[in-house]
This record gives sequence, C-alpha cells and structure tokens, in this order.
Amino acid sequence: MSAPRPVGEAPAIAARDLSVGYRGVPLVAGIYLVVPSHSSLALVGTNGSGKSTLLRTLVGLLPAVAGSLVVLGARPGGAPRRLAYGAQFHASGFVLPLRAIEVVRMARYPERGLLGRLRSEDHDLVEWAMETMGVRDLARSPLRSLSGGQQQRVYLAQALARQADLVVLDEPTAGLDAGGRELYLQAFAAELARGASIVTATHDIAEAAEYDQVLLLARRVVALGPGADVLTADRLLETFGILVRDRHEEHRGRFVVAERARGAPQVVDVGRDEQP
Amino acid sequence: MLSSAGSCPAASPREVVMGPFLDPFLENEFLVRALLAGVLVSISCAIVGTFVVLRGLAFIGDALAHGVLPGIAGALLLGLPGMVGATVGALAMIAGVSLITRRSRLSSDTAIGLLFVAMLALGVVMVSSSSSFAGDLVGILFGQILGTSVESLAVQAAATVVVGGVAFVCARPFLLLSFDPEQADVAGFPSRRYHAIMLLLVALTVIVSFQTVGTLLVFGMLLAPAGAAALLAHRVGAMMAIGAVIGAISSYVGLLISYHFDVAAGATMVLVASAIFFAVLAGTNIRERLTADGREPDAPATGPL
Repeated sequence: MSAPRPVGEAPAIAARDLSVGYRGVPLVAGIYLVVPSHSSLALVGTNGSGKSTLLRTLVGLLPAVAGSLVVLGARPGGAPRRLAYGAQFHASGFVLPLRAIEVVRMARYPERGLLGRLRSEDHDLVEWAMETMGVRDLARSPLRSLSGGQQQRVYLAQALARQADLVVLDEPTAGLDAGGRELYLQAFAAELARGASIVTATHDIAEAAEYDQVLLLARRVVALGPGADVLTADRLLETFGILVRDRHEEHRGRFVVAERARGAPQVVDVGRDEQP
Repeated sequence: MLSSAGSCPAASPREVVMGPFLDPFLENEFLVRALLAGVLVSISCAIVGTFVVLRGLAFIGDALAHGVLPGIAGALLLGLPGMVGATVGALAMIAGVSLITRRSRLSSDTAIGLLFVAMLALGVVMVSSSSSFAGDLVGILFGQILGTSVESLAVQAAATVVVGGVAFVCARPFLLLSFDPEQADVAGFPSRRYHAIMLLLVALTVIVSFQTVGTLLVFGMLLAPAGAAALLAHRVGAMMAIGAVIGAISSYVGLLISYHFDVAAGATMVLVASAIFFAVLAGTNIRERLTADGREPDAPATGPL
C-alpha cells in the first residue's frame, strides 16, 4: 500500500444554517454542523428523514437550499479527487458487462483523468481495497453474477480505493452479512486512522454509537453530539416517534414537519466542536 | 490462399462452394462499396449502440432517427446537402427532448413520443409537398446502400473515426455514466456534459448513415448488434467488438441475400441483425434455464437483461 496522503487540518465539513431539500423546498432546515478532519459522523433517522438528502448535498449532487456549506475547503463537489461517495445499493450495475475489479478501478479515475494510465500504485490500491473487503477472489467475476451483498462489498472497496480525505457512505452495511459488516468496521477504523473523515447514514444504533458525532434527523435536526449524549431513549423516541405518526397519518405528519421547517432554525448542540 | 497439399486438392469444388458467397462481390464493385459502407456503419453503430443499450437511450435514438427526416426534407427543398438538414433536425430533436425532460418531473415519454411522431409527420408532409420527392422519401427512410458512392464512403469513414476517437477519449466518463451518473458527477466528470457528448455521437451516427441504411433502419443497426453483444460480453470493450462483428456479418449476409433474392438491401441487413439478436437471446435463455437447476435460488443476482 502507498503512503497515506496527508490531510489538512481544516474541517472536512462546515455547515452554517444549512437547509437541504429538493427543488428549492427545504426538507431539513437550520443545520449547524462541523466535522473536523480525522473524525466521523453518523446520520440516524427513519427513511425519508433527510439523511440521504443531506449526504447528497454534502457531495455536491444537490444544491443547498439555503445557508452556507464548505466541504474540503471548497464548494460541495468542488474537490472530487479528495472525496469518495457510496450511494445506496443501486441496480444499474446489473446490465453493465463489467468485472468487479473494473468497478473498483473506477475509484482511480478522478486521480488520473480522462487518458492518464493507471499506475502500479493504483493497481496496488485496487488490489488492497478488494482484499480489505474480502472480494479479491471475485475480482474477475462479472458484477452481475455477484449477490447483492457481494456487490455491496465491491462498492465499498471502490470507496476505499479512492483514498479520499472525506468518505461519504449511504447505509454502507445494508445487505452485508456479519462477516462483511466486520470487514467494513475494520476498514472504517483504518480510514479514520489514515486521517480521513467519514460521514455515513445508518439504521444501526449500536454502530452509530461508535462514531465521534451522531446527528439525529427527523426532517429536522433532533440532536447532534457525541453518541453517548445523543443516543438516549427520549431522543430516539423523538427521532423515530414523529415519523411513526407520519407514516400513519401521512398528510398531517407532513404538514407538521413543513411548519417546523419554516419556523425558527433549530438550535442544535454542536458538541465539543467549535463553530467555524 | 495457398493450396497446401491434401487439405485442398482441387480448385474447382472450392469455387463451387464459395462461388455464391464471394462472386457477387468480386464481380460487382457497387456491392463492395455497399459492404464497406455496411462495415463502417456497423463499427460506429456498435460503439454508439453499446452506450445506447447500456444507458437505456433507445428511445432517444429512435427520436433522432425520426427527427432528422424533416431536416433532410427541408434541406432538399432549399437545395442544400441532406447532411446539413439532418444535422439541424437532429440538434433540434436533442434540444426538444432535453427541454421536455428537464421541464417535466414525471416520465416524459409521452411528450417525447409525440414530439418524434410530429417530426416524422412534418417530414412526410414536407416531402409530399413536392411530387418529385416521392422516391427520395423511401431513400431517406430506408437508405440506398447499393448506390453508395466513394464520397459517401469517405464521409462514413471520417464519421467512424470521429465516433471511435471521441469514445476512446471519453471512455472513463462514459463508463461511469453507464455505471451510475451520480458516480460520474462526484468523480468530477459532469454527467450532463458527457451525456450531451454521448447524444451527439448518436446523432452523428444517425445523420451519416441516412445514405446507407436510412434513418429508420439505422436504429436497428444501433440496437440489434449491441443488444446481442450485451448478452455475450463481460466487458464494455468486448461488447463493442462483438457488436461490430455481428454488424459486419449482418451487412455481408444481408447484401448476399439481397443480391440473390432481389430484395431491399438495407432492410435485409437489419433483419439479419435482428435475427441474430433474437437467436442470441433465445440461446442465452436456454443456457440459463439449463444451468439454473444446479444453482442456489438466491445466490447470484440476475439482472433485468
């Protein structure tokens, strides 16, 4: 493996009064958030709580609806060579005639551009990442012949092979078996040790507790802070309770949330991190 | 070929066997030009068709095939080269389709479908306004591959080189785009830009081939060989190569059938390509069914193809 790339000391993510949503309509408003370099953040909330929307805004796929957001010292998406993003499991790979190793090789494209040949260090990284996720034996297999969990491991290997300063993953452990989960947690720890920052959305409360910060989302910021402070019964009920009601009385629930979004920005605890 | 002792004892039986397959091309220069045109169309259609199949752009390919007709008709009315009109028509079609796609949040296929039927109707109306165009319409829609000139061969070759060159330079963003457009964006290859380049390549292929297989039939050469190759290949590059070979075989077989049975050449080529596609589809289905028995029910994820 090549030497770890040095990571700057500026925060990986700094958001101030950020609103995220689609087509200018805020889904979650008033987000104050600092993710220092070399630290991790877990987003916890039900489906539709705004986790993926926030992640997609962080990586520049969605424009911020309001507020300021600086990612890796630039506008979101402005530093593609330092960013890795693993979306939720997607099915588009099925049609493509691709071998697993070619998916992981894509991780090196931002570094090499349109025509730059992949170097031996790139091939080493690809091999190492596949080894790390336990899919080295599957390198030559067609992607569409792999099971969902195997494909998810390949996608995670792609994110690792990027050697990014900020790794953003949407439900990385969904669909993984116990072995895959363990490999992912080890790789996650190694990425942090290398100096990367990690932001993931997860449904696994126990896993979230391992992160430096936890952000509870329910179409608003319920709480932000160290896992021990945030993952309390009351707050988890608040996070998941609102959306239970939302599920039963969909229209009324939406109305309640929309009203909150228009109201004063939520005052959130930024934990031990200072504002930029 | 040298007749090595034993393997080919006499020349005459070989001629009897090969005669109907080679002689038409040895005796008729126009057939050689047609075959060359068919091979060139096959190469660019395999490259572009691979992405049309992988990205599900068949609908847009079809739209382009219809959209160039009023452009060509307009150019003929104004006395301009058909290629100029085809280019204007294709660009107008791409602009129209992307406008509708961007404006409407829901599936836009109704609007796009209507748009391209309207373009086809407009083309027919324009052509029918002048009785001298009646023959041209068939030529535009179904091509005149047997009348391929040296100049149009040169244009075809140049277009194939451009298509191949652009696809080579954009191979990485095109692969990312086919894998997941958002991955392309995050990796710093803007999906919108490379999607536009891809559409321009489809347009170029359709425009240039209106003289050979025609604007309607080029669609078959875009889809059938690449579609069959998608079922066989495990890599994108292999898919293009297999597609080009299937296209070239279809051109040769199509021209041969057309020569011996006196049927429309371009349409026969497309029919052969389609037949190969369905044969491959049937073959892979049978193979899958045969191997399915020995397989765990939920182990390998089988894709929609």
